[in-house]
Amino acid sequence: MSDCMELSAPEPAFLEPWHAQVFALTVSLNEAGRFSWADWVARFSQTLRRNGLSRELDGGADYFDAWLETLEAILAEAGNASAQEVELVRRDWEEAYLSTPHGEPVHLAR
Amino acid sequence: MPHDHSDHPHAVLPSDPALRVKALETILTRKGLIDPAALDEIIDTYQNKIGPQNGARVVARAWSDPAFKAALLADADPVLAELGFYGRQGEHMVVVENTPEQHNMVVCTLCSCYPWPLLGIPPGWYKSDAYRARAVREPRKVLADFGMTLPAETAVRVWDSTAEVRYLVLPMRPEGSEGLDEDALAALVSRDSMIGTALASTPDDGGYPS
Repeated sequence: MSDCMELSAPEPAFLEPWHAQVFALTVSLNEAGRFSWADWVARFSQTLRRNGLSRELDGGADYFDAWLETLEAILAEAGNASAQEVELVRRDWEEAYLSTPHGEPVHLAR
Repeated sequence: MPHDHSDHPHAVLPSDPALRVKALETILTRKGLIDPAALDEIIDTYQNKIGPQNGARVVARAWSDPAFKAALLADADPVLAELGFYGRQGEHMVVVENTPEQHNMVVCTLCSCYPWPLLGIPPGWYKSDAYRARAVREPRKVLADFGMTLPAETAVRVWDSTAEVRYLVLPMRPEGSEGLDEDALAALVSRDSMIGTALASTPDDGGYPS
């Protein structure tokens, strides 16, 4: 375990746009009653603990990787978004990006 | 990002997790489980509207108004609700006061529970394994990493946040701040001073860049 931490000056709330997106998705689903915040914390803590076994998490990108992993698992178990569904739509988005000329807004074809 | 040159024929492909989040959003929107406009509203709130300035106002008021401070320390929730600082992740707040005898610091050993309405989204270090593990075990060493050395006679108390209870540290009012109004006092109150990993700035420091 390292003794040094990143002690930084004021930083943006979210380092990457997708961190903000996955955060907002989770808060929104919680407020819609899909899961309680206590349940979320319990699941998310488990993921952090598991991921932290093999390496030390720095609270940056790895934190939101764990966040996304947790949300995907909860939604798959609830039948809201299975792993296959996510993979299919992820590929659709990838294709959409690769087939959209640079600088133009990216939309899903279907 | 895989690449960011401007001469690409196609749009820049987001990272794999970014695409997975877009996929989740698309799926949940199609099923009517989320409203994309509500997501934008949540992001705007935490990116632009809520942050440590809220907590700093509470601290400045507590320094200026003994009755407010007494009420805040006795039962923070109604006092904060009256100021409009309530809601998500601020449902049950406890304010702990630093004194010459006791310094308080806050951690969430489980994940990253944090008083969003007062401080916004936690900084990266608060979420790191290093801080979460060491704050309880060796708080004085952690404080030293933050450049803080407390007198030996000051006890350090560490508060572990949960999904149910969040803490805000009320730092000691700095020397030389007599006669300042609440706005000027709030400028002395950094985010870290309300987590307990810093002291409030003194007026000589020129305050804290907000």
